[in-house]
Amino acid sequence: MTELHLMTVAELSASLRSGGISSVELTRAFLERIERHQRELNAFITVSPDRALADAARADEQLAAGRGGPLTGIPIAHKDIFCSRDEKTTCGSRMLANFVSPYDATVVRRLREAGAVCLGKTNMDEFAMGSSNETSWFGPVRNPWDPARVPGGSSGGSAAAVAARLTPAATGTDTGGSIRQPAALCGLTGLKPTYGRVSRYGMIAFASSLDQAGVLALSAEDAALLLSAMAGFDERDSTSVELPVPDYAAELAQPLKGLKIGVLREFFAGLDASIEQLIRAALDELHAQGAVLKEVSLPHLPLSVPTYYVVAPAECSSNLARFDGVRYGHRCEKPRDLLDLYQRSRSEGFGAEVKRRIMIGTYVLSTGYYDAYYLKAQQVRALIAADFERAFHEVDVVIGPTTPNTAFALGARTQDPVTMYLSDIYTIGANLAGLPAISVPCGFAEELPVGLQIIGPHFAEGRLLNVAHQYQRDSDWHLRVPRGFG
Amino acid sequence: MSITREQVENIARLARLSLTSDEALQYAEGLSRVLSLVEQLQGVDTTGVTPMAHPLPGQRARLRADEVSETDQHELYQRNAPQVEAGLYLVPRVIE
Repeated sequence: MTELHLMTVAELSASLRSGGISSVELTRAFLERIERHQRELNAFITVSPDRALADAARADEQLAAGRGGPLTGIPIAHKDIFCSRDEKTTCGSRMLANFVSPYDATVVRRLREAGAVCLGKTNMDEFAMGSSNETSWFGPVRNPWDPARVPGGSSGGSAAAVAARLTPAATGTDTGGSIRQPAALCGLTGLKPTYGRVSRYGMIAFASSLDQAGVLALSAEDAALLLSAMAGFDERDSTSVELPVPDYAAELAQPLKGLKIGVLREFFAGLDASIEQLIRAALDELHAQGAVLKEVSLPHLPLSVPTYYVVAPAECSSNLARFDGVRYGHRCEKPRDLLDLYQRSRSEGFGAEVKRRIMIGTYVLSTGYYDAYYLKAQQVRALIAADFERAFHEVDVVIGPTTPNTAFALGARTQDPVTMYLSDIYTIGANLAGLPAISVPCGFAEELPVGLQIIGPHFAEGRLLNVAHQYQRDSDWHLRVPRGFG
Repeated sequence: MSITREQVENIARLARLSLTSDEALQYAEGLSRVLSLVEQLQGVDTTGVTPMAHPLPGQRARLRADEVSETDQHELYQRNAPQVEAGLYLVPRVIE
């Protein structure tokens, strides 16, 4: 039998049900791996062994009684942006370093109800603002494929943890690429669902018109299993969509014959040759399975990054106004007066990147600038969304690379914010248009993973998972294990 | 697009952040770079384009009945507060 930590969620689920393994045994194995590799990777902020083992024991009772679903007894980890009751929820910030959540996020509750066992909370860029996991108050995360390199961000801890096989799967959030970019840089399958598909209740807000919760896993099949449990209407999130949740796992088997794939012209302009070669090879593979390829152009897509860096900071400056040192979060010592309390608590509690984004947002929303920046950006955003809509009249999905480069060295992009922001050049468009998108491993450039991105129309998660699964049936890039973690 | 240190100090004040003058200088450089990136948008023809207010077409904020749906849990919630007395959040004196 394959070693436990190398198995997919689907395989573990089958073994748990057949009685071949127990959830306690499985949970213990992953907890040991976390302990062994934590110092090296820094993938976790909090590990919860007692709680995990108690939950695993309960799952074993359910399984023994012949009850439970596909996730009963499966260990997972949550990005530390999801509130989990009676546990620390830090969002990677000093501001919330001691915050113990009084309630569960809907994602946390749903996965627990589905029987999943939470091992702990993963490291992340502070308030999900970053593309390298270097802005965390709890220190950077390292990429298991090369510890001198970043895992990507902001869900860098979740990505490193799954890639190093410290957990079979993990949750993440994606505002501008924060699931797909680290998934690409760590060789994982990362799904950002449609805006409104998964509840954002209890998910600490960054940019509310862009934020969405999703999954980092080893395979599309695993992502389908988790998404089925996470997705669905939640009256506690005003943007949650009232649509039934399909059985994503059931859609995986559909053949790709006749699938119309749009090859995104703008995503190949100036693309690194070694990455382009891998993306083209994956497209050839999909073509061989019967998909029809057609070049499509989204002329406004290159404006995604500037549009995003108006909209996201604007919403961030508004959302993070709640951290005032009064009701929760960091409070400065001996405030002179209320203004001093606000200013010092915020200045001490937030790191440099978060402050930069709050200030950009404050600037673009300030009197006299609102029309020139925010309104203009929301107009360009409408043009980008319209480009996608036109493309989806012609094709079923569009495909391109997930990132312009493979994982870069720690410290390489911390000097100039714009260089870092351009890491998300291919991922931001889907967030601006509210579309679902998935990153799938499609090979290696100089021994570092490369991701293929598939973007679909609203609520086409099932189709994206289906395409990814069919690709993974004929490739094994997604099952490669970084050296030292096998 | 260039932002001065004085402008940064003004923005910081609006955002309730306090910066040292060295920090303000550093942010002036970073913010200038970001705003230069954003500058590209000014060249786009957006005549007659309705600004996008929601990522899903046709979606609107849902309203619920104006009824009590939560239970009182202020003690639980106040466990995270830096300073509380008799169920109230304490702040420095506001009215002299």
